Amino acid sequence: MTISSASPAFTGRGGGREKFQNRLFGPLPDVTAEAGYEEQHPKRVGFFTDTSVCIGCKACEVACKEWNTLPMDDSHGVRDALGDLSGMSYDNTGQLGANSWRHVAFIEQSRAVDLPMPTFGRPGDDRAGSGASPAVAGDDVSLANAQQSVLNAEALSEFDPQTGQTGADKQIRWLMSSDVCKHCTHAGCLDVCPTGALFRTEYGTVVVQGDICNGCGYCVAACPYGVIDQRKDDGRVFKCTMCYDRLTDGLQPACATACPTQSIQFGDLDELQERADARLATLKAQGVETARLYGRDENDGVGGDGAFFLLLDEPEVYGLPPDPIVTTRDLPAMWKAAGKAAAMMIGVAVTAVLGSRRR
Amino acid sequence: MTGGITSPGAGWRQADRGPATQRSTGRKRRRGRGRHRGEVAMVDDVEFTSYYGRQIVKTPVWKSPDVPLYLFLGGAAGSSAILGALADLTDRPTLTRVSRLTAGGGSILSVAYLIHDLGRPERFLHMLRVLKPTSPLSVGTYILAPFSAAAGATAAVELLGWFPRLKRFGGVVGAVFGGPLATYTGVLLANTAVPSWHMAHTQLPYVFGGSAMAAGGGITMAFTPVEEAGPARKMAIAGAAIELAAMHKVETDHGLLSEPFHEGRPGALMRAAQVCTAAGATLTVVAGRRRWGAVASGTLLAAGSLLTRFGVFEAGIASTKDPKYVVIPQKERLAARQQEHADTTTR
Repeated sequence: MTISSASPAFTGRGGGREKFQNRLFGPLPDVTAEAGYEEQHPKRVGFFTDTSVCIGCKACEVACKEWNTLPMDDSHGVRDALGDLSGMSYDNTGQLGANSWRHVAFIEQSRAVDLPMPTFGRPGDDRAGSGASPAVAGDDVSLANAQQSVLNAEALSEFDPQTGQTGADKQIRWLMSSDVCKHCTHAGCLDVCPTGALFRTEYGTVVVQGDICNGCGYCVAACPYGVIDQRKDDGRVFKCTMCYDRLTDGLQPACATACPTQSIQFGDLDELQERADARLATLKAQGVETARLYGRDENDGVGGDGAFFLLLDEPEVYGLPPDPIVTTRDLPAMWKAAGKAAAMMIGVAVTAVLGSRRR
Repeated sequence: MTGGITSPGAGWRQADRGPATQRSTGRKRRRGRGRHRGEVAMVDDVEFTSYYGRQIVKTPVWKSPDVPLYLFLGGAAGSSAILGALADLTDRPTLTRVSRLTAGGGSILSVAYLIHDLGRPERFLHMLRVLKPTSPLSVGTYILAPFSAAAGATAAVELLGWFPRLKRFGGVVGAVFGGPLATYTGVLLANTAVPSWHMAHTQLPYVFGGSAMAAGGGITMAFTPVEEAGPARKMAIAGAAIELAAMHKVETDHGLLSEPFHEGRPGALMRAAQVCTAAGATLTVVAGRRRWGAVASGTLLAAGSLLTRFGVFEAGIASTKDPKYVVIPQKERLAARQQEHADTTTR
């Protein structure tokens, strides 16, 4: 099975000119076959995480910890420690790591709004003695609408449950997003693993074999998303397996199963991509101008992600890199430089020896 | 696309506006030189957003001093092996012997440090179950294994005085793998998501190659009679010059990503490295033909090489700890690509 731990660069399927195209980066229609599953293999699966309907319940985090029996850790990934509270809104998970394979980010944001309201007097003065104000009643109606159907995009754009009003000129919203290993088409961790412990499964996902890993830590440094990490007391590395054990038994990953709002959707990757495109179009049509897909583009630096996202702000707001590129894209240039530098050393040494008088 | 580097979409801002979540680099980018990346990159005081100031890429779990020492010892051993084989072929017995012992000792020690750095050292041999050209550590294992076997055996028979022909053969094998051993470590560091290592991916092999020759030349020159150490001196001077020149490019070519090489502890290490290497090379020229001069300059050159390894290692570590080194260059890259796309479509 060593073939499945090899990078697509060197499995060399196909022939002729196309043989070496897109093996280190770029789109790869059938990454599973490239990894050596030549006969019939399952379709590539993935996660589509639609953060516009995430309610920050962390059911995914809990389900993941329970199913995979992950140890407790604090917001800096220190095992079995409560540590300090992070002070990062409702987020005390802090980051993805060896012991947290799902991480729900919480971002509280505000923006100035221009509302046709009187600018004099204290808030509430104008409704003294007139019972419930129409404005409040109106809010109740839209709230009811919103509660009726959280998944109704129209209601979302009119009354985003994550958006509230504080004061006269300020809106508040919460962004919540459940982060996870991206199971990249061109996975840096997989490319650099020197033991073959990391491998591509028949589902197109990327998994660590714990009995092979010798804890060299190269994958930790190579991941452009900062996902995989080492357990200090154990020495080996750990990350999301997309519940490989559940997949082989025909079950969904634990996080997707537990998600109550379908924010985490699991399925065949091509189907999820279609669904995400449609969802984005709906949101755009309804004026959610900041919505964008992240990790969907097969022409990005990692050949597209197996786990991709619909975000409502710039990726870095959620702690995601804006333009990740798999490090091995530049590896041919690096090997070339190393070869030239080694030749240079021989050249310098020969010159030094020949240029010196003997004794 | 709404918003650029400075304005998140639709006017949404971090609610607490804390300095940790949305901040500017807050510093003039004094070391960026005008001729590089003229467009967006050189804007002073770039504002950027992050998730509560958290780092994005993980900090490598590689240990210090294990890994910097591995880089140093591997480099010194590699260049000594080359020198030793050439000295053997040109009949310089003392230089040959010193070079072989340096190569053998360095290679055995570097293997020890490499194994000690593993999270599961007892599984070192798992490295040998696959060969992956996409993994510099895998390729490096197949360079280090034959090199340390050849150089170690050569040094052992050198000490014992057995098998003179085998010694020459082992020395040549060591010399073949010596160059790659010294330069592949540049690829080892650069082929990561660590911003300040990756950006220098075509320069680090030269830095490490030069540094290896300075160290190997310096060490062998210190232990060889001056009349026989001419090649060691010449290799050390050339190596030091290459190390200083390549390192200068790393430190100045990359704008924001060169910054970690100037600041804090890595900055101090790099400055000390430059002083040691420059002083060592100068002293070699001036006083390398005297006993004390050879010892002093050899020591300075080895120290400079060692400090360079520590400085480069720690600068990379520092670049993972601040999200600005990930966010700002990537946003600039995106902006440049969009600009390019706009240019080609309107043409």
